[in-house]
Amino acid sequence: MASTEVHPPRESEELGHHPSPKKYVWVAIILAIVTAAEVAIYYIPGIDAFLIPGLIVFAVLKFVMVALYFMHLKFDSKLFRRLFVTGIVLAFVVFTIVLLTFFLRPEAAGISG
Amino acid sequence: MATAALQPRRTIFARPTATTGWYSWLTTVDHKKIGIMYGVTAFVFFLLGGLEALAIRAQLAVPDGEVLNADVYNQFFTMHGITMIFLVVMPMGVALFNYFVPLMIGARDVAFPRLNALSYWIFLFGGIFIYSSFFLGGAPDGGWFGYAPLNRDLPSHGMDFYAVGLQVLGVASLAGAVNFIVTILNMRAPGMTLMRMPVFVWMTLVVSFLLLFAMPVIAVALFQLMFDRLFDTTFFNVAAGGDPLLWQHLFWLFGHPEVYILILPAMGIVSEVLPTFSRKPIFGYAAVVFAGAAIGFMGWGVWAHHMFAAGLGPVANSAFALSTMFIAVPTGVKIFNWIGTLWGGSLRFPTAMKFSIGFIAMFIIGGLSGVTHAIVPHDAQQTDTYYVVAHFHYVLFGGALFGIMSGLYYWWPKIFGHRLSEKLGSLNFWLWFIGFNLTFGPMHIVGLQGMPRRVYTYPDGMGWNLWNMMETVGAFIIALATLVFLFNVAVSRRKGRNEAGSDPWDARTLEWATSSPPPEYNFAEIPIVEHRDDFWHKKYFVGPGRTAEPVFSGGAVDHADDEETEPHIHMPSPSYFPLIAAFGMLVSAYAVIFALPAVAIGLLITTLGFFGWVFEPGTAE
Amino acid sequence: MATNDTALTPPAHEEHHTSTGLDNTKMAMWAFLGSECLFFGSLISTYLLYRSRAGSGPTPGEIYDIPFTSVSSFVLLMSSLTMVLALAAIQRGDERGLRTWLLATAFLGMTFIGGQVYEFTTFYEEGLALSKSPFGSAFFMATGFHGAHVTVGILMLLALVGMSMAGRLTVDGARKVELIGLYWHFVDIVWIVIFTVVYLVPTE
Repeated sequence: MASTEVHPPRESEELGHHPSPKKYVWVAIILAIVTAAEVAIYYIPGIDAFLIPGLIVFAVLKFVMVALYFMHLKFDSKLFRRLFVTGIVLAFVVFTIVLLTFFLRPEAAGISG
Repeated sequence: MATAALQPRRTIFARPTATTGWYSWLTTVDHKKIGIMYGVTAFVFFLLGGLEALAIRAQLAVPDGEVLNADVYNQFFTMHGITMIFLVVMPMGVALFNYFVPLMIGARDVAFPRLNALSYWIFLFGGIFIYSSFFLGGAPDGGWFGYAPLNRDLPSHGMDFYAVGLQVLGVASLAGAVNFIVTILNMRAPGMTLMRMPVFVWMTLVVSFLLLFAMPVIAVALFQLMFDRLFDTTFFNVAAGGDPLLWQHLFWLFGHPEVYILILPAMGIVSEVLPTFSRKPIFGYAAVVFAGAAIGFMGWGVWAHHMFAAGLGPVANSAFALSTMFIAVPTGVKIFNWIGTLWGGSLRFPTAMKFSIGFIAMFIIGGLSGVTHAIVPHDAQQTDTYYVVAHFHYVLFGGALFGIMSGLYYWWPKIFGHRLSEKLGSLNFWLWFIGFNLTFGPMHIVGLQGMPRRVYTYPDGMGWNLWNMMETVGAFIIALATLVFLFNVAVSRRKGRNEAGSDPWDARTLEWATSSPPPEYNFAEIPIVEHRDDFWHKKYFVGPGRTAEPVFSGGAVDHADDEETEPHIHMPSPSYFPLIAAFGMLVSAYAVIFALPAVAIGLLITTLGFFGWVFEPGTAE
Repeated sequence: MATNDTALTPPAHEEHHTSTGLDNTKMAMWAFLGSECLFFGSLISTYLLYRSRAGSGPTPGEIYDIPFTSVSSFVLLMSSLTMVLALAAIQRGDERGLRTWLLATAFLGMTFIGGQVYEFTTFYEEGLALSKSPFGSAFFMATGFHGAHVTVGILMLLALVGMSMAGRLTVDGARKVELIGLYWHFVDIVWIVIFTVVYLVPTE
């Protein structure tokens, strides 16, 4: 990130760094399949213990694919990825802690989580 | 409408061209003018917040005081907090970021000049909006922290102004944060690597990231409060299952990074002032920078230390107690490095230096009382008492405000072309120092003796009378000192007095390499940076043994006589659309509280403002 | 943004040179999206806290219509595809294709919003209101603010279509489309999270 020179902005038209429309369609097809799978496993009886992990895995998969391909993060400067990931990680960590303080709160004064 | 923009300038989209006169201030996108507007506005709010403080101290001078009744007292202490935090210390920091960050990195302006203007106008309108509450049914009266469920139940419109007003101000801060992050990362002069930037610029960057991630959290909390009050949602309605603790978490997730937002700019200022008046570079530059970043990062892990009495339980309390103790470490690093900067330096003590040294001393005291808060059982006694009031005033007044004053005295000649009087400055400093300690020192004592905060009076016979009287006297001494400052400002303006060239202090950083005040374009030629403290190295050859010998042709380029040879540098044109967009938000704000459907009008004005912004031509030509 | 005539910069050019080589507005958009993670994180966490506090009103399990919401989720996902196809179009200079795909994106977005409106009114008729219970408040707040973001996105997409028709996207247009695209994809990503966390993950 530290540089001793100014650079011209990297043109977003740089070919070879952009997936072709065909690739984008493939990403969309995968997203659609994953969505269908999410809904499908929702209805599988007896899946209980695997449902939530499964849903989370599918959601993360879709999230990552949209970010990396549609939002072009895979091909762009790492700085953009860091800006975005910092927000995600920070939100995830602090809110996990917040929710833990609610759900692991001592049962004083009849407070329920 | 889309084609109108292509026609020549007689449309509403023609960029304004005024460079002088009041209209030029309304339409300016120049970071220097915006910085001045921020500073002046923040100072006016400082006077208002100070008057609130004097009223509070008048009420508390004696037991069973009758100056303010409980309801008015609640409004005053709430507004004092809101004012000092959101309308004084934050915008003062932003004023100095605005004026000096582009200069210090060798840029001509910030990345998004119109967005910069928008932030200022939103700040001004937001502040006016909140203060108008005094005339529209009562000011916010639930404390600056607005705890639930009281915040949703207080009957006047005060807490509506709180929720909506802080929301509006938050937009200004978020926009400013994005602006400064991009400016600092992307607009540095050639050779200005990140590790060659002045510490003040680094602190601006850290503060901007803190704002970027903290403002959205309080935005949600304020929306929840607003909706509870306006639409009867149940976020904090306990009977319906709402949880007041949610408010506390969301508020302090913002609120703790907020206190670092308040103090880091002052730490940055001090890190510039001390080296200049010690004639030494800052001791341990990298450590100071990394410590600042560490404070910003770790500041996200301590918020629940504001909730030790809220019943989170021993596990949560212990975890946050530990993290709070740890955050003292990077702060300590900075303090030792500042002392190391002074050590062995060739010291001078103009007013700016006095305030910076005062900052170190007062901040240490405030930091120490803070460390005592980190110990949960101690905090159980201290919380809600004046001991806490002492702590945060030592760090925010003794810290942030002293730092800001240091910056004002240091940078005044650069901004206005003349120095402030040193005699009056010295008087200002000592009166402020004495008044400040007299006001807040005894609060440690009465606090530990049990005097509760946020209460409009106290009974006789508690042993608190003498201390409270002392504190009130101290507050009026602070007021006197502030008058001295204002007098200094007025008196120093007279032509010919204290006139300053580009580099009156023989300083180290790039802002001193151009004239005082700088021309609109900042530098005739963008400097090429080869060192940290590059300006110093251009002036002095730093030989072996660290002796500095003046370089003949080094030094500042004074543009005062540049009229004939004005370089043709194209600057961003002024625009009035930021003002319009901000005004729309003001309209929406009033509409939310008093006439909900009229929000559409405010939104329309803002949208039109943004359309104009997008469609106006790039330049006035 | 300023340009200057020193020897350092090449002759008159629309571009600006930046310290990182990255475009200012793109950096700004990513910083803003980072902050939006905290915004939606707060809303979603509030939902997670309050989802089991339905009071006397309907519970999540009783009121959600998963098949319906799945379809509208799919619609929004596909709008990300059309968005990226719009960007690809303008990158190869095809402004007609750009407008087509932008309008398709806006249309899919409006379909999604239509679905939201239908869902909200149905829920309301079935007894779930903003003010009914913490679950109701948190649900409508999280999905409502998401919907507001989508709506703003649709307005910006339509504005882009207008700008293209006015010939204002011939120079530097791809950058502007890319910016709005980033925002649009982000709003889609947030829905990916909401769909899973709010609708699919069961509330015992």
